[in-house]
Amino acid sequence: MTHSDQADKKNEIAPETAADSPSASIVVICGGLSHERDVSLSSGHRVQGFLKEAGWKVETHDMDASLLDFLTNPSTRPDLVWPLLHGANGEDGSIRDILEMSNLPYIGSRAKASRTAWNKPVAKNIVRKAGIQTPHSVTLPESIFRELGAHQVVTLLVNSLGLPLFVKPSSGGSALGCSMVEDMDQLPQALINCFAYGHVALIEQAVTGIEVSVSVLEIDGQLQTLPPLEIWTPDGIYNYEARVSSGPTKFYIPARLSTDQLKAVRQAALTAHTALGLRDISRTDFIIDSNGVPQFLESNVAPGMTATSQLPQSAIAAGYSLSELYSSLVQSVLSQDRTNH
Amino acid sequence: MTDDPNIASKIITNDPWFGSYAQRAETMRASEIRALFAVANRPEVVSLAGGMPYLGRMPFDQLSEEIGRMLRDQGEKAWQYGSAQGDPHLREDVLPIMAMEGITNAQPDDVVIVNGSQSGLDLITRIMCNPGDVVLAEAPNYVGALGVFQSFQVDVVNVPMDADGLVPELLEETIKAQLAEGKHIKMLYTVPNFHNPAGVTMSRERRPKVLEIAKKYHILILEDNPYGLLGFDGQTYPALRSMDSENVVYLSSFSKIIAPGMRVAWMVAPPGIRQKLVLANESSILCPSNMSQMTITCYLDNFDWKAQISDYRNMYRERRDAMDGALREYLPSCSWNKPEGGFYIWLRIPDGLDAKAMLPRAITAKVAYVSGTAFYNDGNGKDHMRLSFCYPTPERIVEGVRRLAGVIDRELETINLFNDADAEPTSL
Repeated sequence: MTHSDQADKKNEIAPETAADSPSASIVVICGGLSHERDVSLSSGHRVQGFLKEAGWKVETHDMDASLLDFLTNPSTRPDLVWPLLHGANGEDGSIRDILEMSNLPYIGSRAKASRTAWNKPVAKNIVRKAGIQTPHSVTLPESIFRELGAHQVVTLLVNSLGLPLFVKPSSGGSALGCSMVEDMDQLPQALINCFAYGHVALIEQAVTGIEVSVSVLEIDGQLQTLPPLEIWTPDGIYNYEARVSSGPTKFYIPARLSTDQLKAVRQAALTAHTALGLRDISRTDFIIDSNGVPQFLESNVAPGMTATSQLPQSAIAAGYSLSELYSSLVQSVLSQDRTNH
Repeated sequence: MTDDPNIASKIITNDPWFGSYAQRAETMRASEIRALFAVANRPEVVSLAGGMPYLGRMPFDQLSEEIGRMLRDQGEKAWQYGSAQGDPHLREDVLPIMAMEGITNAQPDDVVIVNGSQSGLDLITRIMCNPGDVVLAEAPNYVGALGVFQSFQVDVVNVPMDADGLVPELLEETIKAQLAEGKHIKMLYTVPNFHNPAGVTMSRERRPKVLEIAKKYHILILEDNPYGLLGFDGQTYPALRSMDSENVVYLSSFSKIIAPGMRVAWMVAPPGIRQKLVLANESSILCPSNMSQMTITCYLDNFDWKAQISDYRNMYRERRDAMDGALREYLPSCSWNKPEGGFYIWLRIPDGLDAKAMLPRAITAKVAYVSGTAFYNDGNGKDHMRLSFCYPTPERIVEGVRRLAGVIDRELETINLFNDADAEPTSL
């Protein structure tokens, strides 16, 4: 069931105030050792700030050797955890497994679903089976190039998938290790860049179109989409620098699509969220192809929450106060019995 | 709000002020490399990247007592505004430090205290350079200076170095070529001792030649000397300023020999330039922090700082040796200089490797370095990396180099795999 209209009206969600906030304590886990540590720290501190603004008692904690003791010690054990780790150990389900074993309620998808979404080729397959189109791709580990000969495999890739191609690590975020390949000669370097970030490459047919992300929130049992966000950059490349630097990147909210296309991409995000078994919060990225069809790229279980991230921007454009929205999510999760997660 | 396409989309730029910034701010951008360095600060990562001095041997217990006494006796002064030129007591205190490198003809009035060397670089560039002016600099060049020069839209022109530092003949050739193009050369920026990142030292023989050339073409020399007292055998080199007080602006710092957290450095300049520096300092920060300056004087006046520096020399020599030994053991395919002092080894990596592109793999392997590209303004340097031996213990240095060797081996395999079209598949 879609409740997009509800999510576009901030009054649908009762604003939280410091006065009616419960005394529950929240720990936002951010940082970690992944390549996206910087973004995660920024996300974590932003969320902490907005929740504090709403009156919650919130601390941030890095993922380090002191975390487990902090989370399980009766004197510091929080009532709720918000894992905002980007990249490995954060989005691959590991930290969520730890939280489940520690019987700590947390915001976000369960470990198994996170693991599924984290693996882009697996997620693409599941979402495709749920009826959403996704660019044709192959997934190859570095070892296959070694065993079969890189030149032969590169040639086969181009002959089979054609050009242009998009090469990215099979897991990971913030566009790290991603390259557009328009010429066969560029493919080896793109693969080298990719393998610097991970051992497995997802080589995808590059679809020309409009890059759109749709954030999904699950509050008080209702799935809601935030307005689809269109990403525009001068050169069409939304890389790490464009994501985190102040610069010419523009977001159009809602995306400049027809009513039917907007509806379709919202529905596609909900389908992906559901098919992957995600919970509470997600952001799914699409390319709207030349036929107006949303092509699934990936779903994120810990979407960026920095000042320039897409989910918060969609929420602001929809009229939400971030402190109220995050507070509502916290209230919603706290009201559920998650002892068995 | 509904999805009615007749309702205009909101346009959100990730920076509503984009387009309003000064041109000099356009190059100030976040990068993937900066993101990776957030990980390098974690204790699991052996960071051979940063140039942080090791402060574990500072006498903090006694120091806290002395600073406490200073605050009790002179707290009102320490917490008050001060002079734009800097605290007279500290300006006096730096004279014997400079004398160790041959500068015996400076007066306290010649000295300007600045907020760390970086601030000194900013001030001198501000008062000397217009956009498009040329600053000559050693290549590779200190990354902090490059950032300042770029921010003032200065054209940095590289002058080659060899194992004896700046090459005088090539310096003159470069000057002639620039003048022939009608360029205004304003300064020669040099780090003559234990260079960052190259590790080399300008030989005694070359120093007067460099001074002579600069004088001949009326080019101001900016001598940046943070490491001069950190020669491992205790040897110091005569500062350029000791041989020429009219054409050299001398810049030194307490950051490497005492405490970078204090942000205290000093400059010695000819009278006209010194006056401008004081005014620029006042315009920029009003005055350097009295608290920081008085903390430094408190240390200099009450502790055996010469013995402390001597202790540092021994410690850094031990770490240099640990890195040199580890490189010999684990990375014989690389080449490097063995620095006589300072903090850095400038490592040339095997052909075909790109130090910048390899950094994510290194971070995954929990070792960090600075890619050589950071020290050039023209994209060069990918065949080098800067390794710092100042902060990690010898054991951590060896472990870091061991990890780095694994990273380089793996990256070489990958590069060779994709770059050698005729490569046979690897047999299992």
